Order: sequence, then structure tokens, then C-alpha cells
Amino acid sequence: MRFKSIAPALVAVALSTAAEAAEDGNGLRVGMITTLSGGGAGLGIDVRDGFMLAIKQSGRSDIEVIVEDDQRKPDVAVQLADKMIQSDKVAVLTGIIWSNLAMAVVPSATAQGKFYLSPNAGPSELAGQGCHPNYFNVAWQNDNLHEAAGAYANDAGFKNSFILAPNYPAGKDALTGYKRFYKGALAGELYTKLGQTDYAAEIAQIRASDADSVFFFLPGGMGISFIKQYADSGVEIPVLGPAFSFDQGILQAVGAAALGVKNTSQWSKDLDNPANKNFVAAFQTEYGRLPSLYASQGYDTANLLLSAASKASVSDADAFRAALEAAEFDSVRGDFSFGPNHHPIQNIYVREVIQEGDVFTNKIIATGLTAHSDAYAAECKM
Amino acid sequence: MTFVLFAEQVLNGLQLGAMLFLMASGLTLVFGVMGLINLAHGSLYMIGAFAAAAVAAATGSFLLALAASLAAAAAAGALVEVSVIRRLYDRDHLDQVLATFALILIFSEGTRWVFGSFPLYLDIPSYLAGPVTLPGGIEYSLYRLTIIAIGAAVALGLYLLITRTRIGVQIRAGESDREMIAALGVNISKLYTIVFAMGAALAGLAGALIGPLQSVQIGMGEPVLILAFVVIVIGGIGSGKGALVASILVGLTDTLGRFLLPIAFGAFMDPSDATAIGSALASMSIYVLMAFVLVVRPTGLYGVAQHEA
Repeated sequence: MRFKSIAPALVAVALSTAAEAAEDGNGLRVGMITTLSGGGAGLGIDVRDGFMLAIKQSGRSDIEVIVEDDQRKPDVAVQLADKMIQSDKVAVLTGIIWSNLAMAVVPSATAQGKFYLSPNAGPSELAGQGCHPNYFNVAWQNDNLHEAAGAYANDAGFKNSFILAPNYPAGKDALTGYKRFYKGALAGELYTKLGQTDYAAEIAQIRASDADSVFFFLPGGMGISFIKQYADSGVEIPVLGPAFSFDQGILQAVGAAALGVKNTSQWSKDLDNPANKNFVAAFQTEYGRLPSLYASQGYDTANLLLSAASKASVSDADAFRAALEAAEFDSVRGDFSFGPNHHPIQNIYVREVIQEGDVFTNKIIATGLTAHSDAYAAECKM
Repeated sequence: MTFVLFAEQVLNGLQLGAMLFLMASGLTLVFGVMGLINLAHGSLYMIGAFAAAAVAAATGSFLLALAASLAAAAAAGALVEVSVIRRLYDRDHLDQVLATFALILIFSEGTRWVFGSFPLYLDIPSYLAGPVTLPGGIEYSLYRLTIIAIGAAVALGLYLLITRTRIGVQIRAGESDREMIAALGVNISKLYTIVFAMGAALAGLAGALIGPLQSVQIGMGEPVLILAFVVIVIGGIGSGKGALVASILVGLTDTLGRFLLPIAFGAFMDPSDATAIGSALASMSIYVLMAFVLVVRPTGLYGVAQHEA
């Protein structure tokens, strides 16, 4: 009973100090909602670590980042966003990994005049008709990496692809994105169950088909399962896919089975520019592991925010927005700018999985698409 | 569709069935003997996989890894039984579901503390890697064949244990009348701990066997747990024979459904619609099977009507 009576008092004290801090001057308060527990936690942790590294490097103590765990649940993400906007008084939100969570949070946050900088999710709805002046995507539109894989398949001379993805919106977008650029025939097209972990039935069909290439989009554990089972099955048809299944965080779990696989990404740790060299070295020093694609996206998101915050105060929304649109920061991807729908215009590279010592990682072997925008920009009116 | 492709898919179905049997046999044993619904069974599967991955990384031996998975899952099972589960036998199923759901959360976050958030690496040992050619020109993964063989061996072992040993007699007696065997002087709480640890060890073994094929990660047990529940409902709750038959049935239905339904729809529809509808229906196929079995036999294939306690 005693605890119960103390708890509300503590909460009240905490809230009042938080509110005071927000009012006292020019500080910028950022709310990060990301996935820090459960199956997809590796992605959120990488985004957070990349973001916090950039904030730390900037040495700006007036920027306060409030980090909360959405547990990969849309309802939790919505509650956190409400709390951050109403009681923590954040001006900028960021951090969401998954498209379904982004769709639950972003439209309402931007409608309340808050800025949202997406470090990962890029659903087509927010790139096309649902675009908003306060919404900026620093990663990619969801289709981008798949489009680059399709373009690379043409360059590599593939004429008969077997393609598969999970049966949910992002999976359908993936195959649509691939087919948008791929010009050859299809040996087969399969939708698997979301969360499926055994691909023996699908691999048997790939073996029986006369495909010359396999394109798959199976994020997270699904991709690890697929590629390990594929390597064990003895099927030798070359595989390509987006970077998500071949990223630094999960390559060690896939192991030698992934060696030689081609994957598309807007970033790689061997990209030759000063910002990237500094980022890769600093990330390893700070956290003792190699950065992933997601960490690079978190890092770029923070640097975009820092570049805008150094030019304008967030209380002047128009000036702050113009500063974000200018995107005057040194992206670890090299050239980076925003298109009219506030989505990136950037190169998308083709990487190959290699082994460096006892660590599995990627190296760039080609450029899939140059200065690529997205297919939805024309539908965006803002 | 060729014979080779069809045969390969049947083997895939059997392999899924063998894996499901390892999960479902423990689950159904615990329910049959103790009347307990254990949602945390999937966490024991995860513990087995993590223990195997850790030991394989440290020693490089897959056999040691399998032994570690059995030991770790059995130890975790015994610990949980003594500390938490024991208090739930007299409660109703809702309390059991709530408490064992809490165990899932505790195990998941605890594993994340120890091993971190990134999936672990566990590979097929070199002597089981790659495909073998079976009679008829079927190329099939040797490792998956090994899983089928282990599943069959465990089924035989369990059958012998239940029918031929003293502890088997006690387990069967516990299934039919708990109070009476306690009155006959059997140490019922020790029996419960042994049965629970045995079920846990089988789940851990399933996790360790599947680890090299899939990813060893937090939350890997829950999708399998759902399938295992479908299996024990179809087979009849508490029935070991039912678990075996239903595992194979579910494994074959799921695999062949995923393979044949899109082809069947393709016969009279345009291919991309057929793929979409076929795969949507395929993911429902085992639930349709369950509904059908429950309509025809409400207690499952080999279930006996539960008498009210």
C-alpha cells in the first residue's frame, strides 16, 4: 500500500522536471521509438547505437534523446508516441524499424506538427499519396533494394528467375520492385508464410525448375533459415537478394553458407569516403563490433538532424524543414539528397558476401542503380 | 510435377513431422500426466538450441552440442517444475496459461541477457552436410534424413519406456488416476519432476536438431509451439500414439499443401492469382485439418473423454 501511494508522487515529480527541462530554452528533444526486445531487437539496437554515436561525436549536450522500446508492437509504438509528444514534449520522432509500426505512428505524429525522420521503414503509402512535409525518410523507400536487384539481374545476364517472398505487404512490394526492373522470364513465383522457418518444400520446387537465378526477400530469421537450408540442399543456382538477409548482424549466424551471394544495399562498410571510414572506425571503437546497414542508417539520421539543428531552431518549423530538405551533412553513403517526396536519391550497390579472417562481411562489386529515386514520388503532392 | 519432386516433398513432410513429434510428445506427456498446459515448452526448445550453439562454438563437436541441449533443457525444465510449475497443478488452466506465458517472457529476455540480441551460429556437422542420392534418383539432404531417423528412434524409445519400464507403469497410472497412485505410495512429486524434465529434454533436442537448419534466435520456439499444440489437439490430448500419428499428418499436410495447392489452383486460374490464393489456403491447411478432425472426433484421433476431476 505504501508503495502505491508513493508511486504517483514520484511520477508527478518526474513529469514536472521533464516539462521544466523542455521549457527552459533552446534544447532539442528527440523521441526514439525502436525495437529493443524480442526477435527483431538486433535491428533497433543497431539503429540506436549508430544514432547515439553521431550525437556523442557532435558533442552537443543540448540535444536530449529519449529512447523507448516498442517491442515490435504497433499498439505499444502508438502509446509511446503519444507519451513522448504529450508529456515529454519531443519535437522530433525517429527510430521505427517496421513498416506496419511506422504506418501506425507517423501520420498522426506529423499531423500534430512533429517531425519524423525514418531510419529504416519506407512504406510506399508514405512515399506516394500519404507523403507529408514533416516526414523524411533517411534510409530508402521499401522497393528500392529489390529494384536494384532486378536491375543487377539484367546486368548479370539472368533470363529466368525464381522469386519468392513472404505473403504480406512488404513481401508483395519486394517482388513487384524486382519485376519493375527485371526484364527476363519467371521460372516461378512463390509467396511463403510470414515467419516460416522451413523452406524444404520451396527449395524442392526451385530444384525442379529450370531457373538460372533465385531472388528472395526473407528478412530476419526467415532469411537465415532459407540460405542455410539452400546451401545444404545442394542446389547450385545463384542467389541474390536485398541486404537485409546478408547484413553484418546476421551474417555470422548464416556462416559460410552465404559466401558468394550477391545482395543489394545503399551502404557498405568498404564505401570509400571519409565520413564512412570515420564511422566504421568509431563504431568499432565504441561498441566493439562491425557496424551494420541499420547502424549506418541510424548514424545518417542523427547527422541529418544535427545538420538541421545547427542551422535552425526546431521552434521555427519552416526554417527547420528547409534545413532538413537541404540535407547538408556528410552521409556515410557518399552522395545523398532528398527527392520531392522527402525520400533519398542515392546509389544502390551490389555487394558480395566474403570472409575476412574469421568474420563474414560484404564487399561492393558493382553499382545496381545510380542516383535512384522511387516509383511513388510522382504521386506525392505537398 | 515429377515423381522425384513429389517424393522429395513427402520426405520433407516426414522430416517436419519428426521434429513436431519431438515437441508434441513432451507437451502431451506433461498434459496427460499432470493436466498442465505448458506454454513455455517453446522456451525449452529455444534453450536447447542456444545450449547446442554455445557448446558447438566452444568445442566444435555436434554430438557434445546435442548432449548439452538435452542436459540444459532438462535442467531448466526440472528447475522450473520445482520452483513454479509445481504450484500450478491444482489451479485451473487459465492460471497455468498465465504463469507459463510469464515464463516465456522471462526465458526470452534472460536468454537475450546471456547471449545478446543477434542470432547465433550453429552449422550442420561436416559428416552430415550436403545431399545424398536415394534410390529413384531422389537427391535429399542427409541431415534431414538424420532428423527423420532420430524422430523414429525417439518414438520407439518412448514406446518402450512407457510400456516396458517401471517408470512407464507409473506414468500410465498417473494418467488414469493421480490420487490413487499417490495413495499407493508412489512419490508423485518426484515422478512429476522426472516427466517434466523428460518432456523438456525432448523439446531441447528438437531445438538443437533444428538449429543448424534455421536460425538460433530469441522467440524461435513460439511458432513451433503453436504447431505442437495443433498436433496434440488433433492426436488427442495426452495420447503419445496420437502425437506420433498427428505429427506425421500435420507435417505432410503442411508441406504437401504448400506445394500442391498453388498447382491445383493453377489448373484453372491465372498463375499469379493461383500462387496468392494457393499459398494463403496452404497456410490454413493444418487448421482446416484440425477443425475437420474435431468435428468428426471431438476428443482427437486417439483421445479419451476427460472425466471431470
